[in-house]
Amino acid sequence: VVHTVHPQWAWAGDAVIALLLLHLVVGGALIAGSGRARAQTGVAFAVAAVPSAVTLGWLATALPDVTDGAARTAHAEWIPQLGVDLDLRLDGFAALMLLLVAGVGVLVIAYAWRYFHHPEPADIRLLGLLVLFAGAMVGLVLADDLFVLYGFWELTSITSFLLIGNKHTDATARAAALQALLVTGLGALAMLAGFIVLGQAAGTYRLSEILADPPEASTTVDVAIVLILLGAFTKSAQAPFHAWLPGAMAAPTPVSTYLHSATMVKAGVYLVARLAPVFVVLDLWRPLVEVVGVTTMLLGGLRALRQHDLKLLLAYGTISQLGFMIAVFGWGTPAAMVGGSVLLVAHAAFKAAAFMVVGILDHQHGTRDVRKLPRPTRGWTPTIVAAAVAAASMAGVPLLAGFIAKEEGFAAFVHEGAGGALTLAGIALGSVLTVAYSVRFLAGAIGRLADPPVAAASATARASGGPPALAFVLPALVLTAVTIVLGIAPALEDHLVTAAGRALAATTAEVHLALWHGINVELLLSVVAIAGGAALYLGRRRVGSILAYGMFVPPSSGAYLGALRGVNAVANRVTAVAQPGSLPIYLGVILLTAAIVPGVLLVSGTWWPGWPELVEVPAHVPIAALLVGLALAASIVRRRFAGALFLGMVGYSMAALFVAQGAPDLALTQVAIETLSTVLFVLVLRRLPDRFETVAGAARRAVRIAIATVVAALVFAFTLAVGGQQPETDVSDAMIADAYPEGDGRNVVNVILVDIRGFDTLGEMTVLTAVAIGTVALARAGRRPAHVEAAEARAGKRRPAPRLHTRLVTVEVSVRIVFAAVMLGSLWLLFAGHNQPGGGFVGGIVAGAAVSLRYVSGGLPEVRRLSRGKPWMVLGAGLLISVVTAIIPLFLGGQVLQTGSHTFDLPIIGPMKVTSALFFDIGVYLAVIGLAMMVFESFGDDPLPRDVGADVDGDGVTGAGPGPGVTAGAGR
Amino acid sequence: VSVLMAFTAAALFGIGTYLVLQRKLSRLIIGLGLISHGANIVFVTTTRRGQAPIIGAGDPADFADPLPQALVLTAIVISFGVTALLLALAYRSWLLTRDDEVQDDVDDRNIGRDSHDTEVSDAGAAELASLVEDADQR
Repeated sequence: VVHTVHPQWAWAGDAVIALLLLHLVVGGALIAGSGRARAQTGVAFAVAAVPSAVTLGWLATALPDVTDGAARTAHAEWIPQLGVDLDLRLDGFAALMLLLVAGVGVLVIAYAWRYFHHPEPADIRLLGLLVLFAGAMVGLVLADDLFVLYGFWELTSITSFLLIGNKHTDATARAAALQALLVTGLGALAMLAGFIVLGQAAGTYRLSEILADPPEASTTVDVAIVLILLGAFTKSAQAPFHAWLPGAMAAPTPVSTYLHSATMVKAGVYLVARLAPVFVVLDLWRPLVEVVGVTTMLLGGLRALRQHDLKLLLAYGTISQLGFMIAVFGWGTPAAMVGGSVLLVAHAAFKAAAFMVVGILDHQHGTRDVRKLPRPTRGWTPTIVAAAVAAASMAGVPLLAGFIAKEEGFAAFVHEGAGGALTLAGIALGSVLTVAYSVRFLAGAIGRLADPPVAAASATARASGGPPALAFVLPALVLTAVTIVLGIAPALEDHLVTAAGRALAATTAEVHLALWHGINVELLLSVVAIAGGAALYLGRRRVGSILAYGMFVPPSSGAYLGALRGVNAVANRVTAVAQPGSLPIYLGVILLTAAIVPGVLLVSGTWWPGWPELVEVPAHVPIAALLVGLALAASIVRRRFAGALFLGMVGYSMAALFVAQGAPDLALTQVAIETLSTVLFVLVLRRLPDRFETVAGAARRAVRIAIATVVAALVFAFTLAVGGQQPETDVSDAMIADAYPEGDGRNVVNVILVDIRGFDTLGEMTVLTAVAIGTVALARAGRRPAHVEAAEARAGKRRPAPRLHTRLVTVEVSVRIVFAAVMLGSLWLLFAGHNQPGGGFVGGIVAGAAVSLRYVSGGLPEVRRLSRGKPWMVLGAGLLISVVTAIIPLFLGGQVLQTGSHTFDLPIIGPMKVTSALFFDIGVYLAVIGLAMMVFESFGDDPLPRDVGADVDGDGVTGAGPGPGVTAGAGR
Repeated sequence: VSVLMAFTAAALFGIGTYLVLQRKLSRLIIGLGLISHGANIVFVTTTRRGQAPIIGAGDPADFADPLPQALVLTAIVISFGVTALLLALAYRSWLLTRDDEVQDDVDDRNIGRDSHDTEVSDAGAAELASLVEDADQR
């Protein structure tokens, strides 16, 4: 059948997306309002039911067309760069799944309304998460793009994680949530890898296109399918990954009902159903899927028989039934698709009802343990009816939906050769177990397994809440009614199941479900299953030793626990090796790697350009001699100050080199910054001991020298290799050519900084801002705020630190004159910078040097007097001005950082051309000044923060002068 | 580039590396400064040398390459920022320990030795496993 898309359904796409958004909005609103919802809980539950109800309504409008074999699709561009689009597709099978998701969704929310009779905020949050989950599930079954499918798949895992762990104070709940997330999440990652391999092999990531035109069988496809199945098996709790599902029973019953029986765990089944008809041709498909499915069915059944907790019994029963469904769908024939579809519907109805019953028992009696549950009184009749019908349907008793489903499931394997017969035998054996645990469930629910029997009037029962209100049971009764109606008149499903089957396997014949097909293999097996199961239950004491084999099934939770601990142990070992905590080791490894890896790549290519000339210009010789000599001196001296000063002199020599290379901007900047750095070093080093004390051992020195030599050798080779290359197209020439016409500036370097590469400069300013904040934070953390200090000083608790600066009027006046002159110079550099050497950076640093002059004359107060605002405000204002200048062109229809200019005719001065780049540069200028001021703010004032350093009270030593004048922490 | 300048850059890198591998923060800062200078030398000496690139001041063909200059200018300012931050670290270290020596990070090392993380990560998991498997033990 070719699915046609009718043009009049163009609106449908928007409707689906609106539906998904509705879930998101409602769920988000409930979570956001969960703290305040107490007074309006009824409203909250009503609102929560809306998205699922709307989904049902939308589905009802679409269903007639979908059952006719047409698919509705929606398409929205999402991440065109990656070729991922929001492709949604509603076909017959998706409609069937959607019916379960939305139908059970509405009932579960109605049920939760009574279950959380006096809801806590956490319960409302849970409700919101349920709605979000429902949205993710709707997306999952509609997704037609593999990546979109994966996204929704993970969203269901995440909402499931949050729902299981909703009671976050409970360690068990948290562990259960984590286990579910880890197992399904790891499976999903494997699945994602499989999707990518499959998509690459098929040439498309559209699921419908892959299934319509599958890639030819090959090892690649095998690998893809195995990976995808890993995701499906973990999600649907197939052995050996099943242990997370019983653990997930830590969640409240509405969650278990919805996620862990009716919908989410069926996602794996859904995926297997989608792939089976196409990929069943692979040699590995049937052996793999059938073995896993049948094993899971048997194992789940065996373990269900041994549970005392009714909810755990149902959880293992769910695992068993999921195995059944995987086995049926996995067979891949049209008949199997029909059988599986019927099974999906029947299972959702009876298992959800059974879970609801367990929740009611738990809610009213305070226990789910079959050994403690009392026998029901009269008011319990509706609950018991629901329990009985659910159990009977689960067991496959005729006149109920479960019977029809089981027959159809069996039918898929009849006349299918030896493999089919073998699988059928396994499934029949599984059905015997199913019948036995169904009986056990019912017997437990009505208090027949209590030992000794608990009478209705016993203490436990009196302490409990008595029979449930009818409204509490009503959702379960609705499902009971569905189970009965579909059991008696299965033909009602015919249209939907036919559409579902055809959506999966196009050759599916018209389905006619019926109660009576005559005496055949399926009926015989049903009889055997019921009789065998009943016998198994009745003779449970005698065959107990056989059932005890269930105990020897290796517990999967143990494997999970072992894996968890193993990963932690390995991580510890790796950490112990990789993280020794020593900075020199870290840096050594980093530097060696940085030298050796590119070094190997360099040498392995044709890299050697030949030796260049020994010396380019004579001026280089003294500069190089200075650089190397001063660097050596900086590394050898044992005094900190001397080291810092030698570093400064290396910087000045660099300035000389820049002049020789034709880079006056660099020379200016370097000189200014060396001046500022020297001040900075002095401010900090005056605290530290004068000399380095420790002398490293010879071995360590040898290692350091070895690493240093390797690094130096790499740099040498690299520099020669790079210098020998002549770039084919010279970007720089283009920049020189563009500088004036495009950037309105003659100084090409400045135009590059503020215009061509303006974004880099903006990023650099951001880095500077972060550095400045970090510096102040590091230096000032632990100090008291200034006003506290002042208040204490007034109260006489502390004497204000005496000023050590001797005020010399002549010095102060001359410094102010020089300051004004230097500031003027820095402004000239700023304004001239666009056309001559200079610019915001240089200007700012020169101004910073001027600020340091003021510091020298009057200390921090003198620096603070410079501006009313705090230094960080100067810095922030600079950043702000630059950002605004960069953005303004956007509003004028240009691009970010586009330059504009305007010529003003000023009196006296004459025409003056102002470019927008100037404002950008003013921002840079202010930011650099702010940085300089923050440096003084950090290190400049009272060197003894009282909280950390020595106590200054009483001893009169304030240590404001340079040198290590303060004994360490002696006051404490 | 000339052999001389390549050697100079390599020397600055080597000396810087030697200093960086020590434990005193002030030496480390000096070392990092030398490495920055070395990197800047590579930038300006491996590219075209010439007149200052000011339009109108000469023939553009004789200009020094302006792009590495812009990059180096940025690098100079950024390394000043890095120096300031590292000096703040040294200052902080002095406040706390009266020295600027970088001690081994004991916590770092203990992460690899301790098993407390394991216990934290499966708190509840063992209990959960016993809850789920409980029935079989009886």
